[in-house]
Amino acid sequence: MNGFSFWTIWLRNGRVWKKNILATLIGNLGQPLLFLLAMGYGLGRDMAPVAGLTYLQFIAPGLVASAVMYSAALETTYGSYTRLTVQKTYEAILMTPLGVVDLVLGEIVWGASKGMLAGVIMLLALPLFGVMPSPWVVALLPMLFLSGMFFSAFGLIMTALAKNYDFFNYFTSLVITPLFLFSGIFFPVQTMAPPVRGVLEMLPLTPIVSLARIFCYGRFGEPVLMKIIGSLLATGCAVWLAGYLLRRRLIQ
Amino acid sequence: MGLGYTGTMIQTITQQELPDASGSQTVVSVTGLTKRFGERLVVDNISFDIQRGQCVGFLGPNGAGKTTCISMLLGLVEKNAGEIRIFDLEAPRFHREIKARIGVVPQADSLDPDLSVEENLRTYAGYFRIPRRLARQRIEELLHFFALHNRRDEIIEHLSGGQRRRLLLARALLNEPELLILDEPTIGLDPQARHLIWERLAILQTQGTTMLLTSHYLDEVSRLSQQVLILDHGQVVVQGEPQQLITDMVGLEVFEVDGTVAELDALAASFRQCNATQERVGDKLYVYAREDCSRLVKVLGNAGSWVRRPANLEDLFIQLTGRSLRES
Repeated sequence: MNGFSFWTIWLRNGRVWKKNILATLIGNLGQPLLFLLAMGYGLGRDMAPVAGLTYLQFIAPGLVASAVMYSAALETTYGSYTRLTVQKTYEAILMTPLGVVDLVLGEIVWGASKGMLAGVIMLLALPLFGVMPSPWVVALLPMLFLSGMFFSAFGLIMTALAKNYDFFNYFTSLVITPLFLFSGIFFPVQTMAPPVRGVLEMLPLTPIVSLARIFCYGRFGEPVLMKIIGSLLATGCAVWLAGYLLRRRLIQ
Repeated sequence: MGLGYTGTMIQTITQQELPDASGSQTVVSVTGLTKRFGERLVVDNISFDIQRGQCVGFLGPNGAGKTTCISMLLGLVEKNAGEIRIFDLEAPRFHREIKARIGVVPQADSLDPDLSVEENLRTYAGYFRIPRRLARQRIEELLHFFALHNRRDEIIEHLSGGQRRRLLLARALLNEPELLILDEPTIGLDPQARHLIWERLAILQTQGTTMLLTSHYLDEVSRLSQQVLILDHGQVVVQGEPQQLITDMVGLEVFEVDGTVAELDALAASFRQCNATQERVGDKLYVYAREDCSRLVKVLGNAGSWVRRPANLEDLFIQLTGRSLRES
């Protein structure tokens, strides 16, 4: 019965989100769509095919995954930090029967939902660029949600540690931007030298980018299961750590 | 602005506030409560009870441990030692069950600024899992009770300080709490807004709502509380009925006299003929009379200016906690 209490927090966030729907969508989707246009269409026209795909086709699925990451991570850093400090929303919630676990789950599932929505809108926009996803793309949706959970939890960890908004500059500059650039969205990781490849494949966005490409085009060249299991484990750890750190911050 | 409220509010609250057959009369029971932040002992072995239907005033200078105490009742601060039982349930083990039956008006405004008045209440009702139809009915009653029904669609930003406080109170009453915790409920409000809130709290009190009130406004505490508990340096300095404590520890009435050192010295000597304690603060003499000192009024004629008034809670508070500032 109490296991789904976190849903009420999801509803609260949704109620606020509805009021600023346009601003958040443009904020979350602007960047990946512009990259698709500039890199895929602008740069890609003069490039040789990569891994049997046009450059635009090659980067499109990864940009879907990056939209999920940005949307989820920004929600649980700037958004959650505002609720934690300025608005004292968490304080108000903890005076009700809800506890820290509900709060953490509500925030993470909310962030993942927003991430997933950004990903789905990106997928729906792909045909406009001449990219036609295969039916396998349906299998990508739970993966996008899982990735949303991971990056929401990661963002919430940062929120639990943050002393002010400037702290998130470290997160975006040192974590999110490098992940955007080096997780195989813009170049194939598989053809890199083995040590470099090893490092890049350990990054949390890399398996999601690969899965996005696999499911988007229905081309199964790489092992899928390992990537899914790895992502599940990483997400579980991140959610647990977010809960631990936020509890430490909220309950003295 | 019409401040009347509908009769249904009284009915629902009365029904709900009747002690249930199994319920004991002690709503809160705290024994030996202790909390350290690092080396600092913030709450030091505090014990107290709150009986059903009572309003207990929690007083103390800044940093005395009041808010920490309340946070421990709610499970927001972990205790180092001691026992807390609320509604006969052990805290914080049963915090979910306990908090479902408590209403809290926090010191800091924690309303959702992006949501309207009504949406704030609906969202909060959701946290308590109050079924939608029942929630709608209660929200309607509370909006009328706190004279907010004309502002239901207003965004929080556009509300006055008094309206925000009333909304915080309405929010705290959504779950029809058996215990209402009020942390500085009228801080920063103008007299009109404070009086409106006191009036509403008095109505809740006649309906038997148990309350725990902290406030720096001692007139507010005298008005509402049947019991007070004065904390200082994390310990309970005194607890009891406010009027009894004032009479026992301060006296019946107070003379405040301004004058030169020579004048005050002379007056001090005269007042020694009466059963009274004296205090000199700067150019002022305070005489706390424990008996009727009317016969000495004539000697006051010589002084520059003086006031004679009943002893109050503020005198007791200052006597017990001193006059030095607690700003750190």
